[in-house]
Amino acid sequence: MSTLPEQPERTVVLEVRGLSVNYGKVEALHGLALRVHRGEIVTVIGPNGAGKTTLLSALIGLLPVRGEIVYLGERQGAGRSVEQLVRQGMTLVPEKRELFAEMSVEDNLLLGAFDRYRAGHRDHLETMDQVFDTFPRLMERRNQMAATLSGGERQMLAMGRALMAKPRLLLLDEPSLGLAPLVIKEIFRTVAQLKRLGVAILLVEQNARAALQVADYGYVLETGELSLEGPSSELSMDRRVIESYLGLGGRL
Amino acid sequence: MDLQIALLLGQDGVTNGAIYALLALALVLVFAVTRVIFIPQGEFVAFGALTLASLQAGRLPGTVWLLLTMGTLIALIEGAAALRERHFRRIPLIVLLNCGAPLLLAGALVAVSSASLPLLVQVFLALLLVVPLGPMIYRLAYQPVAEASVLVLLIVSVAVHVTLIGIGLLFFGAEGSRTPSFTEVSFEVGDVLLQGQTLLVLVASVLLIIALYFFFERTLYGKALRATAMNRTGARLMGISGSLAGMLSFTLAASIGAVSGILISPITTIYYDSGFLIGLKGFVGAIIGGLASYPVAAAGAILVGLLESYSSFWASAFKEVIVFTLIIPVLLWRSLTTRHVEGE
Amino acid sequence: MRRSVQSTLLLLLFIVVLLLAPVLLPEFYVTLLNYIGLYAIVALGLVMLTGVGGLTSFGQAAFVGLGAYTSAYLTTVHGVSPWLTLPAGLLVTGVVALSLGLVTLRLSGHFLPLGTIAWGMSLYYLFGNLDALGGHTGMSGIPPLQFVELELKSGREFFYLIWAVLLVLVLGTRNLLDSREGRAIRALKGGSVMAEAMGVNTPRSKIVVFTLAALYASTSGWLYAHLQRFVNPTPFSLTQGIEYLFMAVVGGVSHVWGAILGAGLITVLKQWLQDWLPRLLGQSGNFEVIVFGLLMIVVLHRARDGVWPMIQRFFPQRLVCARVDGVRPLTRRPLPEAGSLLLEVKDASKRFGGLLANDRVSFGVRAGEVMALIGPNGAGKSTMFNGISGVDPLTSGAVSFRGEPIEGLPAREIARRGMSRTFQHVRLLPSMSVIENVAIGAHLRGRRGFVAAACRADRAEEARLLHEAAVQIERCGLPEQMYEAAGSLPLGKQRIVEIARALAADPCLLLLDEPAAGLRYLEKQALADLLRRLRAEGMGILLVEHDMDFVMGLADRVLVMEFGQKLAAGRPEEIQRNPAVIEAYLGGVE
Repeated sequence: MSTLPEQPERTVVLEVRGLSVNYGKVEALHGLALRVHRGEIVTVIGPNGAGKTTLLSALIGLLPVRGEIVYLGERQGAGRSVEQLVRQGMTLVPEKRELFAEMSVEDNLLLGAFDRYRAGHRDHLETMDQVFDTFPRLMERRNQMAATLSGGERQMLAMGRALMAKPRLLLLDEPSLGLAPLVIKEIFRTVAQLKRLGVAILLVEQNARAALQVADYGYVLETGELSLEGPSSELSMDRRVIESYLGLGGRL
Repeated sequence: MDLQIALLLGQDGVTNGAIYALLALALVLVFAVTRVIFIPQGEFVAFGALTLASLQAGRLPGTVWLLLTMGTLIALIEGAAALRERHFRRIPLIVLLNCGAPLLLAGALVAVSSASLPLLVQVFLALLLVVPLGPMIYRLAYQPVAEASVLVLLIVSVAVHVTLIGIGLLFFGAEGSRTPSFTEVSFEVGDVLLQGQTLLVLVASVLLIIALYFFFERTLYGKALRATAMNRTGARLMGISGSLAGMLSFTLAASIGAVSGILISPITTIYYDSGFLIGLKGFVGAIIGGLASYPVAAAGAILVGLLESYSSFWASAFKEVIVFTLIIPVLLWRSLTTRHVEGE
Repeated sequence: MRRSVQSTLLLLLFIVVLLLAPVLLPEFYVTLLNYIGLYAIVALGLVMLTGVGGLTSFGQAAFVGLGAYTSAYLTTVHGVSPWLTLPAGLLVTGVVALSLGLVTLRLSGHFLPLGTIAWGMSLYYLFGNLDALGGHTGMSGIPPLQFVELELKSGREFFYLIWAVLLVLVLGTRNLLDSREGRAIRALKGGSVMAEAMGVNTPRSKIVVFTLAALYASTSGWLYAHLQRFVNPTPFSLTQGIEYLFMAVVGGVSHVWGAILGAGLITVLKQWLQDWLPRLLGQSGNFEVIVFGLLMIVVLHRARDGVWPMIQRFFPQRLVCARVDGVRPLTRRPLPEAGSLLLEVKDASKRFGGLLANDRVSFGVRAGEVMALIGPNGAGKSTMFNGISGVDPLTSGAVSFRGEPIEGLPAREIARRGMSRTFQHVRLLPSMSVIENVAIGAHLRGRRGFVAAACRADRAEEARLLHEAAVQIERCGLPEQMYEAAGSLPLGKQRIVEIARALAADPCLLLLDEPAAGLRYLEKQALADLLRRLRAEGMGILLVEHDMDFVMGLADRVLVMEFGQKLAAGRPEEIQRNPAVIEAYLGGVE
């Protein structure tokens, strides 16, 4: 397995070593190691129940972790909190989207910029225009309640809301979940565009093909451990990926 | 009952109902954001009224001592946490905010004879004394158990209520107070005598409701509070911490309570334990609104005020029985229409 | 179950102390102990209602008032004999409690305690405003109780009566909680979904425990009326009701002895504070409430289980349970013929507002086969499960079990017919032992009720139920953990306990929701072996799973769901080669 040679401008935004997470009494993740560079899309794929959502929840600080997490060059201490990480530019688009259903599209987006507003920045309206450029459908629906949007539009709103925080590291949890194929296409095209903004993206997905097509580098997560990794072009042709999804090993 | 009495009773009912509506709004707000059923809401009403009465009589209100004690406790707790995490720079700010500000206020009150101050300044001082109690109570009693079930939070509320009643007795004594009217004016509209004070209460309530609406619909902080109520996890991911939302909503609740107390203290004699009954009636309104809908809660509260007013005419002894027995079918109706999520 | 010798000795010691107390102690302390006894009776009811049953009530003081006023009224106005007013008071309280209970117990979650505040206040104001009951001044001149020739006039004489009643109630409560019906009450706390799925009639259990708590309070009221020989509304206010709850929580709301401990602590503390606080603060008044409130807050922050568990640690409790051989096993229902159709689902649909979670799905499960339901996240598998088992009924479609239609039936009726299930998120009672948790599953196979339980007349049936639970635990491979607290087991083993519980119901169809989730390799192997054995015995098994290795090696047939619809069905090998399935799982964007 070859890794890309380190280029000087490609700074490491996130580095994780020996990450273990317990979900109650179960060890959900064991000894994970991964790396995300600036302007790179890294994907973690794997079957259901492998621990993908647990990984992202742990990274954003919703779950306690063991191991080493280095974000923007700084080693994370025990006192890490969601609020602190958001302040430092890490944003999560969760699996369940967690939109504010009874508020308008515009309000949802504005709240994405809340932390920046609190920190003194007042450029939220400009940022919202940029988000509308990326997701023109949202602009059409800007005054509609979030609950009335379709599945694909909700996903766009969730991503747009995350972008309002001008993140340095964007965590995407299964963006294709529950979406029809054409919509998935649109979403992933947008994800590819985000690269150009210099955002580092960690994308977790069940839909392996779509994820590997848009990502630069990939990891395969199986029952809490990373089993394979490599540039996505190589992974997408690896038979073992398919096997891990459909249990063709038939070991039990 | 002739028309004049009916209108008089109606006036009474709507005035009381307006206060109950304000309290209902506060209760819905606090529950929506923090899942706390804030039984002690009525105590802010009593404390607001009694603090103003103390100031007008030239006495140092006991509220100052409460502020100082709680401020010191918070300073100790937060200071210890800052020491543990080695955030030394935060410590002077913690002490200044929690101990320094109350001390300054206490000193100012001791120096100046409050009885001679103009009414508006007295009102302002009373608010300055009572409103900070809100976020402090949240920080001390609720924040450590913020993730607990609604039931545990309810029992904490009852405990806080009981404590505040005792403290109220300690600081204000068993005697009731009534402050002089803000205005002696009265208007004659047809056959009915409309008290200026009543009008003031109504106007102030409406203004407050409008201000709240503006806050929630137009400011980002207000939207952040609503968002926390809708989706805690989503709000956290936006950097809106639960404790920020909690303290903000409790500040609003304390403000509403204190203002309500100041508004009705010229109309009714307020005792150290009057707050509970007033709060409870606002509570009935809040329950009618399902602890979720502001307009329905407000309408329900006004209904309670009217019901209380008319039943006090017909069956004075049983008016409390009527009002409280009313809660049960309302609760039942609400419980059936709210989808109860299991897991608590 | 035999209690250890140690705790029996302690109980005897306690009784001896009680016998000697009124003889040796000065009058003041005897009075104090009398009040502690009265309060403890009410707190005991709260322990049962709130601590064990999970239903919070702030209004118990009103029931005390009902008992007291009924007796006061009947003896002073109608000259009824005091002893007869006890059953009269219990009757009145029972009727009121049943009516209030039928209305307020439908109130879910936090609405219930609010309801108790409502009628607590309502009844208090009623007491104070009815002229027939003497209004705010109350009624005096209540005659004392007469025991043969002796008039129970002094505190010392009354002491024995109060504490005798208390001890009888304590023992009765303990017996009740340690029985089939007691387990049903304890199951309420785990959520009514689990309890109903095991066949417990939760509304009935709630009403019974609520009425019992009210009757306890009423008894305390009757005793109070004849001790004081004077009643007025003050002791029956909401504040007192709140204090009763505080006593139970501080003492240890889930523990029977916690009631006495809590009542004792709070009463003594109150007495002490009433003496010292006014002196300290330089003012007269009831300031002890400040301390109580603060104490409550601290207890809720730091020690929600109360004081009793801290003391209990010094008296190690070994739960000795004899596995009695020679117990007649429970009758088993005959399993249907292998291959016969157990479950038939036709065009099942479930709509949540705008979302169609299940879209006209049809399939069947036969006796002696394992059928797996698989599909990507959000495909609608758990919704289907909940629809079949009656937890969340389907919007449309037909489900028949063993030839009878079951759609729309409540979960406990479906459980009664032979369908049993486990849950995606384990629903065990963590502080109860494994064997007791499993015994809940056998709830419908017993019949002894509350009265039999309190009098210990249910021991024979209880032995059979526990024996059955033990058999199932051994069958599932967990004999060593039988007497451990269920919450202390690792998650994988907890899932196995859930399966044992489901088996204790003697089902012919098992519904397993992600049984392998969180299990390690060897545990999964053991689980697969267990399921194969059950299949060989003729049971039908329907399971939802994500672990493909586990499923493909075990299942006879597989049903794949996607977007709420049936995507494919067939044998595992066929499914693995089906291009539409591969597409659904691996996805594709061209």
